Amino acid sequence: MAISEVTVRDAELLAIEEINAAGGVLGKKLEPVVEDGASDWPTFAEKATKLIAQDKVATVFGGWTSASRKAMLPVFEKRKALLWYPVQYEGLESSPYIFYTGATTNQQIVPGLDYLKEKGKKKLFLVGSDYVFPRTANKIIKAYAAANGMEILGEEYTPLGHTEYSTLVNKIVEAKPDAVFNTLNGDSNVAFFKQLKSTGIGADQMPVMSVSVAEEEVRGIGVDNVAGHLVAWNYYQTTDTPANERFVAAFKAKYGADKVTSDPMEAGYNAVYLWAEAVRKAGTTDVEAVKKAAGGVSLDRPEGRVTIDGDNQHVYKTARIGVVQPDGQIKEVWNSGEPIKPDPYLKTYSWAGGLV
Amino acid sequence: MEGVLNQLPIGLSIGAVLLLIALGLTFTFGQMGVVNMAHGEFIMAGAYTAYLLQGVGFLVALPAAFVVAGLMGLVLERTLIRRFYGRPLDTLLLTWGVSLMLQQLARDLFGAPNVQVASPAWLRGGIGILPYNRLFIMALAAASVLAIWAYMNKTGQGRRMRAVMQNRRLAATSGIDTGRVDQRTFFIGSGLAGVAGVALTLIGPVGPALGTYYIVDAFLVVVAGGLGQLRGAVLAAAGLGLLNSYAEFWSDASLAKVVVFVAIIGFLQVRPQGLFFVRSRALT
Repeated sequence: MAISEVTVRDAELLAIEEINAAGGVLGKKLEPVVEDGASDWPTFAEKATKLIAQDKVATVFGGWTSASRKAMLPVFEKRKALLWYPVQYEGLESSPYIFYTGATTNQQIVPGLDYLKEKGKKKLFLVGSDYVFPRTANKIIKAYAAANGMEILGEEYTPLGHTEYSTLVNKIVEAKPDAVFNTLNGDSNVAFFKQLKSTGIGADQMPVMSVSVAEEEVRGIGVDNVAGHLVAWNYYQTTDTPANERFVAAFKAKYGADKVTSDPMEAGYNAVYLWAEAVRKAGTTDVEAVKKAAGGVSLDRPEGRVTIDGDNQHVYKTARIGVVQPDGQIKEVWNSGEPIKPDPYLKTYSWAGGLV
Repeated sequence: MEGVLNQLPIGLSIGAVLLLIALGLTFTFGQMGVVNMAHGEFIMAGAYTAYLLQGVGFLVALPAAFVVAGLMGLVLERTLIRRFYGRPLDTLLLTWGVSLMLQQLARDLFGAPNVQVASPAWLRGGIGILPYNRLFIMALAAASVLAIWAYMNKTGQGRRMRAVMQNRRLAATSGIDTGRVDQRTFFIGSGLAGVAGVALTLIGPVGPALGTYYIVDAFLVVVAGGLGQLRGAVLAAAGLGLLNSYAEFWSDASLAKVVVFVAIIGFLQVRPQGLFFVRSRALT
């Protein structure tokens, strides 16, 4: 498990512990079985098979990159088992055996673009890691830009794990965009922000909007290098709700006062609660019954009210744009006001017609 | 147009990074023939040394990382590699296993997420497209090369090292304690990886997987430059840096990697032993 996956597991284990402490589900305690996908797509599929066939688990919470989810999807569909995927992703998917508790594109990327448009950022440069999420995300961004009078000055991909960004930064500097839309994954963000920072171009001149940089990553990148830049998520550690106060306190109590909470952690934490609620409603852990009962399940979570959309098994979520603060926390500067209905295929957006 | 010109110093600075990560390997792989897959983890050890010494000062971290990584290399050589000389495939598997164990150890000690190493204040800013931290890395690479050159050519230890490299058995017969020379070579080679690790904290992530990002590039430089050849490593690193820089500028990062690999494969067809090699009568 790499940089961020461990913390999602920790949040999920916390949820299981809390549910057990409150009496469990249907009179039974939840028992976690932890497997490590080793950031390797085939391993995710292999471990998923093991959890379903050998451990006979009631449901699986996990997955990180879209590639890991795509690798596990056929396993869950074939064996008719249930996966709860906690990470924001590129949309255009709706498997009957996956629940998506992270944001789909109309709850993260589209609001991110709306925000940039509102701020008058008309020329964008797209930077991403070379795999399914950034490439799909950028397709959506380009369609949005075409319909909204924005200009895409460049679109660049780097291999996963890439650490040499001087050439790319030079290209960006030459193109002079109003803003950069960043879909880099994991450790590459550290190299990108460090090398961008050393050019002396600050967030006030050319903000970078990131969709994979949360509180945990901010620390690894170095606050100095990323302070002032924008991020788009549905949850921050600073999100002001009673449920979040409890979540942050419980997480720090269990794992240490220096720990931070982040969006994917919260989405993983929510997933366990949403599943437990669906099981209570169904009166059984049987997959088909839980799927049926899950539609409409609605809870007050750290990010606010979340509701499972029974049609596409995604979740209504509030979009929030934040700015990285010098203390490493993220301050919300805009939110959608109410939970946005998930629309993984962007059917309700006229400009997205050619994408699906 | 300005962008094209900028790629020249950028290419050289990429070359400096490549040279720094490969210098240690020119010793352990180039001279001793040990395919040390754990070299990347010695780089990582250097980076974590910089992390631990953040309050003390960046320049203190350089010699400290040299010693830390050097000692790790020494222990590895004494306990394991020593028993596998002349068995390159076994060494490869062995050191790969060690590399995985060291990554897990780092995860246990420092946690899976990346840690933050702040650049010292005097390295913020830059001249034109080249930031000071890149210039520092270039200067560090140059200083390292100079130090190694002086060591190899101007000291008795260096002479013995070259003797062992050129003909191990003849050196042994002449009274050189080859075991000791091996230890020393491994210490220096691993130590240089540690120094590279400190420099890399300026521009890249500092986490348990750090070594895996650089190990392949390090081997490429050594193979292209010729085993154990200092000037070969310098030229190969500069060449690959420039090639990488322009290939990426005119295409993209993924394609640039392909271009570099294809160029090296093509080059090795013409010169299988790399840019430079020692003509020696030794059979090994």
